[in-house]
Amino acid sequence: MSSADWKNYERVLIPDIDGLEKIDVYEENGGYSAFKEVLTDKKKWEGPKSVVDEVKAANIRGRGGAGFNAGLKWSFMPPSDGGPRYLACNGDESEPGTFKDRKIFEYNPHLFIEGALIAAYAMEVTAIYVYIRGEYKVYIDMMEKAVQDAYDKGFIGENIMGSDYSVDFYVHSGAGAYICGEETSMLESLEGKRGYPRVKPPFPAQKGLWGRPTTINNIETLAHVPNVINRGADWFSSIGAENHPGPILYGISGHVNRPGVYELPTGIPVLTLINEVAGGMRNGKELKAVIPGGSSTPIVRADQLDGITMDSDSLREVGTMLGTAGMVVMDEDTDMVDMLWRISHFYHHESCGQCTPCRDGTGWLEKILLRIKNGDGEIKDLDLLLDITTQMEGRTICALADAAAWPVRHTITRFRDEFEARCKKSVHAIA
Amino acid sequence: MAYEFTEEDLQEIEKIKAKYPEVKAATLPVLWVAQNRFGHVEPDVQKLVADTLGLPQAHVHGVASFYTQYYKEKKGEHVLDVCTCLSCQLCGGYDILEHLENKLGIKAGETTEDGKFSIQEVECLGACGYAPMLQVTNDQYVNNLTPEKVDDLIETLKAGKEPEYDQIGMPLRKVK
Ligand SMILES: Cc1cc2nc3c(=O)[nH]c(=O)nc-3n(C[C@H](O)[C@H](O)[C@H](O)COP(=O)(O)O)c2cc1C
Ligand code: SF4
Ligand code: FES
Repeated sequence: MSSADWKNYERVLIPDIDGLEKIDVYEENGGYSAFKEVLTDKKKWEGPKSVVDEVKAANIRGRGGAGFNAGLKWSFMPPSDGGPRYLACNGDESEPGTFKDRKIFEYNPHLFIEGALIAAYAMEVTAIYVYIRGEYKVYIDMMEKAVQDAYDKGFIGENIMGSDYSVDFYVHSGAGAYICGEETSMLESLEGKRGYPRVKPPFPAQKGLWGRPTTINNIETLAHVPNVINRGADWFSSIGAENHPGPILYGISGHVNRPGVYELPTGIPVLTLINEVAGGMRNGKELKAVIPGGSSTPIVRADQLDGITMDSDSLREVGTMLGTAGMVVMDEDTDMVDMLWRISHFYHHESCGQCTPCRDGTGWLEKILLRIKNGDGEIKDLDLLLDITTQMEGRTICALADAAAWPVRHTITRFRDEFEARCKKSVHAIA
Repeated sequence: MAYEFTEEDLQEIEKIKAKYPEVKAATLPVLWVAQNRFGHVEPDVQKLVADTLGLPQAHVHGVASFYTQYYKEKKGEHVLDVCTCLSCQLCGGYDILEHLENKLGIKAGETTEDGKFSIQEVECLGACGYAPMLQVTNDQYVNNLTPEKVDDLIETLKAGKEPEYDQIGMPLRKVK
């Protein structure tokens, strides 16, 4: 299915079936058959490794932001030594502009649960934890129920469906901290600590939860797995963009007529998403800029968007990334200085403070931007800001510092005239 | 004040502990049990959590203070968390905050004198497509806010009613 044919796309993550969140309806529509097949059809699936290979071939690029091939990540787990092994499912969903995983919790929780179970079997995992941001109380309650229903039906627990595979599944609530979406911070938080990201190496596959092998995947990433098992890796990789294939949940917010979450193939032109899918710009305004995939992905000016599609290759041409595919759309009236200050305020607030370049850097970015926003900035502040971003990048324990630096660098570079215009001080007459 | 868990709470705490290989992992969920019971996790409540789990109080305090959703001091009966982050800012989140502040006569971070309402300004709550929005006391989201909707919400809460859970349909959903 090419992305040009998006109008005929049939949803598979959140298909058009009423009551699909109920386990009976999910089963009536073929639910849990993929998990059953990998556990019991020994002719087709010769064991865990065959499942890893199929998922690797599908090239499900992680939907949590980094875009890493899920099957390849699974293959990094060391051989089992008979001890505990973990799958940690990342439902922290806190990057501004991102609001898609909650749709899976709400409309198709069992697809995610089944995907996590298949992943767990493929990696010989003994317990699954799903970490959901604490603010999603409503969805946490829904997930608790869905997991219990799956236990009651025998899809989770001891000797599942008569096989020799056993696994447990637990829901864990966060309590308000963006940083806990970073995978090693999430592990610390699951262990009951402050969410300080860990120094890598060792990587979680070697030493993760409680020092044991652990893999972390995003909720949507795992929700793709049952379809890959049922329909095959070729089906998945033939949808959408060649190097970044598959169905994807786009979250569209900001100044459009129909904001919301849309399931479509990857590789849709950015302008099609805005003008056709999301119903065009609100109040007939002109498009000014787009943040394609969550607040950390570099902003793109409207005049750069011709022919650019929602996949990593195309977005790289304009110096940005797909991230979480949570697109923020801005119209001609948007004040870039105010907008960037608000993003910087966010990263400063959320920095865990372990690394000096991040703790101090995010503080300085916010402070200088506030000064500019209030009309007290000077032109040289802009170069100071750019200088701070270079000092933050690549020098810290986790990627939050990079995520804070990129928007500043790109917004100033791409809208420099607006920033200069706000720096009044430099244009005062001397006498 | 001496705080105590009920028998029911203690049973729930036992269930929570069974989910993890180490008791420390129960810290976050048991802080939630405590906050749901007492409405906050002030130092005395932190001590109760620490004693119940057999963990140092300093550990529980360290955790409670790291996460924004735990109330380290008493709050109003209804805590209104207004999102002003990126998408909400673009869609008028600050206007909503200002309207609410004027209506209740307090600023973000404060509680009304009668102890009914607190306002907090918060970061992205994962509802960006339904901006501007707020969350009521760590529970329901109220989306697509207008000043009128804020006024209605305040009346609803004053009347002791729950705000309605508004389910947002998947766009393009075919009507059968
Ligand atoms: C500061 C920061 C916050 C993050 N927040 C999230 C998040 O909320 N949800 C998520 O799935 N991944 C988040 N990530 C990415 C995770 O670290 C990790 O790459 C991802 O969960 C892996 O899953 P995937 O490979 O399936 O995408 C975040 C990363 C960083 C650096
Ligand atoms: S980069 Fe920032 S958020 Fe990440 S560990 Fe260092 S201080 Fe914490
Ligand atoms: S920016 Fe307000 S919910 Fe995301």
